[in-house]
Amino acid sequence: MLGKTAGGLYWMFRYLERSENTARLVDAGFRIALTHSSVAEDEWKSVISTAGQKIAFNERHDRYTSANVVDFLLRDISHPASIMSMTEAARSNARMVRTALTREVWEATNECCMVLRSLLEKPIADRDLPFALRTIRQHSALVRGALHGTMLRNEIFNFARMGTFIERAESTARILDVKYYVLLPSVSFVGSSLDNVQWETILRSVSAATAYRQVHGSEPAAQTIADFLIFDKRMPRSLAFCRSKINSNLAYLADEYNERSACLDLSEAMSLRMAEQSIDDVFEHGLHYFIQDFIRQNNILSHKIEEDFRFNG
Amino acid sequence: MNNDSRFFNEMLGHGSERRAPYAEYGAWLDGEDVQRLHQMSGEAEVFFRRTGITFNVYGEPASTERLIPFDVVPRIISGREWDKLVKGIDQRVRAINAFLHDIYHRQEIIKAGRIPAELIAKNDAYLPQMAGFSPPSNIYTHIVGVDLVRTGQDEFYVLEDNARTPSGVSYMLENRETMLQLFPELFTRIPVKRVQTYPATLHRALSACAPAAARNAPVVAILTPGIHNSAYYEHSFLADQMGVYLVEGQDLRIVDGRVAMRTTRGYTPIDVLYRRIDDDFLDPLTFNPHSLLGVPGIMDIYRAGGITITNAPGTGISDDKAIYSYMPEIVEFYTGQPALLKNVETYRCSEPDSLAYVLDNLSELVVKEVHGSGGYGMLVGPAASTAELAAFEAKLRARPSNYIAQPTLALSTVPILSDAGLAPRHVDLRPYVIVSPSGVEVTPGGLTRVALKEGSLVVNSSQGGGTKDTWVLED
Repeated sequence: MLGKTAGGLYWMFRYLERSENTARLVDAGFRIALTHSSVAEDEWKSVISTAGQKIAFNERHDRYTSANVVDFLLRDISHPASIMSMTEAARSNARMVRTALTREVWEATNECCMVLRSLLEKPIADRDLPFALRTIRQHSALVRGALHGTMLRNEIFNFARMGTFIERAESTARILDVKYYVLLPSVSFVGSSLDNVQWETILRSVSAATAYRQVHGSEPAAQTIADFLIFDKRMPRSLAFCRSKINSNLAYLADEYNERSACLDLSEAMSLRMAEQSIDDVFEHGLHYFIQDFIRQNNILSHKIEEDFRFNG
Repeated sequence: MNNDSRFFNEMLGHGSERRAPYAEYGAWLDGEDVQRLHQMSGEAEVFFRRTGITFNVYGEPASTERLIPFDVVPRIISGREWDKLVKGIDQRVRAINAFLHDIYHRQEIIKAGRIPAELIAKNDAYLPQMAGFSPPSNIYTHIVGVDLVRTGQDEFYVLEDNARTPSGVSYMLENRETMLQLFPELFTRIPVKRVQTYPATLHRALSACAPAAARNAPVVAILTPGIHNSAYYEHSFLADQMGVYLVEGQDLRIVDGRVAMRTTRGYTPIDVLYRRIDDDFLDPLTFNPHSLLGVPGIMDIYRAGGITITNAPGTGISDDKAIYSYMPEIVEFYTGQPALLKNVETYRCSEPDSLAYVLDNLSELVVKEVHGSGGYGMLVGPAASTAELAAFEAKLRARPSNYIAQPTLALSTVPILSDAGLAPRHVDLRPYVIVSPSGVEVTPGGLTRVALKEGSLVVNSSQGGGTKDTWVLED
């Protein structure tokens, strides 16, 4: 496969994943803003920092109102990390790697973009936001469905999946990082309704509220949530899950190419280091420190993948 | 349907009775509701958009992708009519390849005084780098799209021989796919020859022209200028259908005397490159030094037998509009037979007598730039305003050798589905020809372009033309 094609697949699925995660973040933020107007601006502010878009936002807006944040994250095409821009970027990459995709995957991607163009043509009123977010999530689910249902499990699939999981790992890590203060044991006094809402938000931002209840019951606790999102290998958005998927995709490539890549060594070493720690260790050394380190490692791995498989020359 | 008897209507002839090739389709049509046809027309558009069959228009923002309008009424040609055309095309394409070989070697045709020497020597499309070089199997034009127009029952003319990088074949295939989805019942009722064999035939032909350096199954790739090119959809479609690589210049470099592409596992040599960029951009070391689309050094590798480039560089010398007027002589010179397909009478404005005639009769003629394409820079005399005629006259006087002129042909019409029901519109036809060491193959079908505006004779998509599915019947 061409290095450029591998890169196109990788980025196509990074963009799709990021767009879907942004929709989840907005959904979670909107729910808090709706029910606790006193903290609405703070909440929107934290949504923007989780998305890593503080500077770009401040260049365009003064206040963290729901209208500003929603417009910025959903439909501002001058902003490369808005859902619309990322969907266009995903489609553009899909066009570039068209020959690697099945007709179903291409059409689902193309249609996703067409639907979003008309959905996001005008500003979204608060009352239409749930519908808009649902539509966005549905269409990215269709692309994923087409990918799983029609694509050969070969190198093409591996690069697509690695894009997804590198992006997802970063996204979950960012959510933990921005919200880490509510997860710190010192402030986790039980009973405050706002804290419960915050925890609920964290779980909602990764679509894990139900999964969490199934595993840990209905009483959320800070350390358990952190443990769930970092170490639980059954939870498809946890850091450990993403790590193991990247390992297995790199291992498939090593099999197919009959050559072990340097990034597989790196990836496995990272997983190993993570497996040696428990949630107690993490809190003892500092959650923030742990997450920052994870994000840094994740970036290094991403660059290493691009280099080892010659995405850009 | 309102039928203008000055033009041959392919469904109705010059009268009002349906011609035989349209009998079965007409019987089906009689049982159809126009409302349903309009609805199908809308569905065709959705199909094209969802599939992403779009083109970019130069001069518009890169993100603007447009659809070529598709008309749901097929253009139908009988098997007998088609076989006649194929014989003519076969002859013409063989002559073009013989001509190219001659021009880049001994130039017998010039020595024989059949075409003037300066026509070649002074032509930008002639590439001195090709002189003395023979491509594998002496095939220069592996892929040709011969533009034909019809003016009567048995009257076909060649308008242009597209022997460089003819486009539009994806429309032939997607138009058929669309018709199969919209009207499956028609294809059980009417025996239409298949066009879907095209990608496999092309892949076989390209592989058969692999250079001596190729090992095992030849590696074939299509070279595209990239996703912003107007024909990008077609490039990716063909690569997808043939199961070959789609590469850009930046994916390629010379490694160990071969043109190689950057894969996830290092550089792999390419054996056959179907390039969809012009000669000028192919190799910045040999041609346009500013080109970023090509591969520096590819011409050296080509001449050394390290890669086959299709179509060969320098084929433009055979489809140049100045050469066109000599095609009857060229066909006869190399095949020993008179040309089966007619040329349109052509006035070379470089010749003083012709120029005088053209200037006197400008409002009756079609004037084209010798190197133009896509319907840009041409004048359709009968449709032009006085101001346009005057402006063009000035251009002609300033650079006469830049133009040729032809009589305005009474192009045949085929009905389209208009807002007011079926209505005749002018069409042309581009059949797709593949040349391989085992012979010349013409896919039974082609691209029918249709001028959607009433009375218009300009069918180019860049000028508001649409397309139709083209049926060749088993008969």
